[in-house]
Amino acid sequence: MTINWFKYSSPASFYPLAGRFIPWFFAAAALLAIGGLYISFFLAPTDAQQGEAYRIIFIHVPAAWMSMFLYIVMAMWAGVGLAFNTRLSSMVASALAPTGAMMTFVALWTGSLWGKPMWGTWWVWDARLTSELILLFLYFGFMSLQAAIDDPRRADKAGAVIALVGVINVPIIYFSVKWWNTLHQGASVSLMKSPTMARTMLLGMLVMALAFWMYSIAAMLMRLRSIILERERNSDWVKGLKERLS
Amino acid sequence: MNWSSAAEFFAMGGYAGFIWGSFGVTAACIALEIVVLGARHRRALRALPRTDSPPNPG
Repeated sequence: MTINWFKYSSPASFYPLAGRFIPWFFAAAALLAIGGLYISFFLAPTDAQQGEAYRIIFIHVPAAWMSMFLYIVMAMWAGVGLAFNTRLSSMVASALAPTGAMMTFVALWTGSLWGKPMWGTWWVWDARLTSELILLFLYFGFMSLQAAIDDPRRADKAGAVIALVGVINVPIIYFSVKWWNTLHQGASVSLMKSPTMARTMLLGMLVMALAFWMYSIAAMLMRLRSIILERERNSDWVKGLKERLS
Repeated sequence: MNWSSAAEFFAMGGYAGFIWGSFGVTAACIALEIVVLGARHRRALRALPRTDSPPNPG
C-alpha cells in the first residue's frame, strides 16, 4: 500500500483527517490523565523533605516540558511555512501558540504555588523563572502580531520571524539552572544521567507528560480545523463540506 | 495507600491550598480551552458562505 503523504499537506484533505483523529487523541489524553493522577495521589509516596507539597511536580514539570517543546515545534512549522511557502505548516504554528501559552502559564502558576511553601516566596527574578516568563511573552507576541496583520500570509511570515528568533530562549530556560545561581532545583530527569528520584514519582511525571502531550495534539488539531475553515471559507472544497450548517 | 480518610486526602498534609490550587487551575484552564475551541469551530462553520442561496445582488 502506498500512501501519498503530500496529499495531506493540503488543507482540503487534512481537514477531514484531523477530524477523525481528534477524538482518539482526547481519549488517549483522558486515559493517561486518569492513570497519571492515580499514580500522583495514590501510588507515589509522601516526600521525606517536602511532605505532600511536592505532588505539584506531577503537573509543574510536564507543563514546563510542554511549554518548551510546543514552542520548538511551533517555531519549526513556522520556519517550514516561511521557507517552503506551505500554508498548512504556518497554520499548524498558529494553532499551537495558544496551547503553548496555556502550558507556560500553568508551569508558572504551579511553580508559584510550589515556591511559596518551599522557598517562602511566590516569585523570584532568577534566570529560570524569568526566562520562562519571557517564553510566555514570546507566545503572546507571536499571537498578537499575527492578530494585528490582516493578510494571513503576511501574518504567517511575520509570526515565523518572531517564533524563530525566540527559539534562542528555549535552551536558556533549560540550562538556566546550570548556568546561573538560582533557588530553582536542577533537572531531576535528563538524557545524560539516570534520574535522581523515586521510580513511582518518575513514572507519574512521565504518564502526566504523555497526557499533556496527547491533549496538546488534540487541542492543536481542533484549533487547526477552525483556522482552515476561517481562511479557506471561499474555496470549493469548503463549499462541498458535509458538516457545514445549512 | 497514602490516605486513611477522604478528609486526610483533601487536607494534603496541610498543603491543600497549594495542591488543589495547582491541579484545580490547570483543570480549569484545560476545560476553558476546550470550550473556547468548540465555540470557535462552531463560529467558523456558521460563518461559511451559504451555497443554497442565490448571489447577493448588491
